[in-house]
Amino acid sequence: MEELSEKKASVEAPAVAYRRHLENGKLGYQRCTDCSVAVFYPRVLCPFCGSSALEWCESVGRGTVYATTAVHSRNRAPRNVVLVDLDEGFRMMSRIEGVPAEEVEIGTRVRFEVHQVDEPVAVFVREES
Amino acid sequence: MSIRGKTAIVGVAESDLGEVGPGFTPLDLIGQATNRALADAGLEKGDVDGLFSASVYYQMPTLSVGEYLGIRPRYSDATMMGGSSFVSHLLHATVAIEAGLCEVALITYASTQLSDGGFRGVSDPPNPYETPYEPRYPVSMYALSASRHMHEYGTTREQLAEVAVAAREWAKLNPKAFVRNDLSVEDVLASRLVSSPLSILDCCLVTDGGGALLVTSAERAKDLRKPPVYLLGVGEAHWHRNISQMPDLTTTAATDSGRRAYDMARVGPEDVDVAMLYDAFTINPILFLEDLGFCEKGEGGTFVEGGRIAPGGELAVNTNGGGLSYNHPGMYGLLLLIEAVRQLRGECTERQVGDAEIALAHGNGGVLSSQVTALLGTESVL
Repeated sequence: MEELSEKKASVEAPAVAYRRHLENGKLGYQRCTDCSVAVFYPRVLCPFCGSSALEWCESVGRGTVYATTAVHSRNRAPRNVVLVDLDEGFRMMSRIEGVPAEEVEIGTRVRFEVHQVDEPVAVFVREES
Repeated sequence: MSIRGKTAIVGVAESDLGEVGPGFTPLDLIGQATNRALADAGLEKGDVDGLFSASVYYQMPTLSVGEYLGIRPRYSDATMMGGSSFVSHLLHATVAIEAGLCEVALITYASTQLSDGGFRGVSDPPNPYETPYEPRYPVSMYALSASRHMHEYGTTREQLAEVAVAAREWAKLNPKAFVRNDLSVEDVLASRLVSSPLSILDCCLVTDGGGALLVTSAERAKDLRKPPVYLLGVGEAHWHRNISQMPDLTTTAATDSGRRAYDMARVGPEDVDVAMLYDAFTINPILFLEDLGFCEKGEGGTFVEGGRIAPGGELAVNTNGGGLSYNHPGMYGLLLLIEAVRQLRGECTERQVGDAEIALAHGNGGVLSSQVTALLGTESVL
């Protein structure tokens, strides 16, 4: 699978590669081989140094809640939206599952899972202490 | 070459505001505002040769506006970066006027979103890295910033509420404000949560309305009807579009735009008599007070306590009642410029700030994305 992802990196659209990782149960992100920074969302060039030498990596999927909100809508339960800082050094939007929306706290350690309904989506659950 | 003092705002006007009723289009309101601004300046439509607009209704806004008004500009700029766009237009118009590419610039905007059924925002394609999580655009993004500010600096919901209460106290002094009834911190805390920690009363209004603003060279401005309000300095900055790309949710690009504007104007925050800080949500003025140097990072919540930005407080902030209580027709940057000009002309009657000579007008766009700061002044500070 790793070989496939490397071969395809230069010809596959960044969003397609991200989606392919999710379909395989993985959280894909990019690392710049020139300046070493983690890049997310996926692109065709490094937004820090401008290099196009980005390689796809698989995140270990562990991170910390950076910011959180519970979105209230009529006729449905509040839903949680968070920004998570992954241990590899990138940040992404997501949600924390298995916790009431208002009870998600900044600083909580979380673990990646793929949530599949129609489309595979990267979500997080609280890391067991 | 500095552009400090090279141009002046010579005409300002709002269109009808609030809820204008069915059938009116944004272009109708732009027409109203333009005629009123021309009368304010003592200029004719035929004098306008530079046109600046932004819109969520019209994909080619200066074309639609030019056609409707019957203006054939020789300089046209539809820079669109959200609510700050019109403060940005002020910089771009000044550069164009200084380069001799136009002489009288019209900056105009309107929305009929309330009469059309509610909030109308931009329609970017779905973002595969944010859309699946269903944040409510744009409030959830500001809520994320507020959550982080509370976490890092101990900012409280009560302090956020103080911003809404101060805006309401100013609105009570402005007959054009959309809501003018009493509001307390307790009312804000008890109102319905939209995206925690922000409640409905932490959010700006959804209204119709628009405005027009005329800019020309300092030289030409001297012969017009009203005392010129000079552009002393302006700076723009943007670091991100999507909230997940904002490097630090408690620090905005206003740190850059403000520094650029202050440097050009050769003034500092201590010189500002009136601060118009784009208040789409109650967290905004707290962030901008910090990022524009009125207080240290993290002290914005404390700064707004006890009516310090309300009428009679230490710093006059959002004297028209702001987006929170006056009007917020989707994008508000033009309306805050109009209030800054009126304060410097001494036209604000009950809410007039005494001896106002320098006003700061700060526009915000997107999700804390674009930040544009302008410093305006009377002839006495040139």
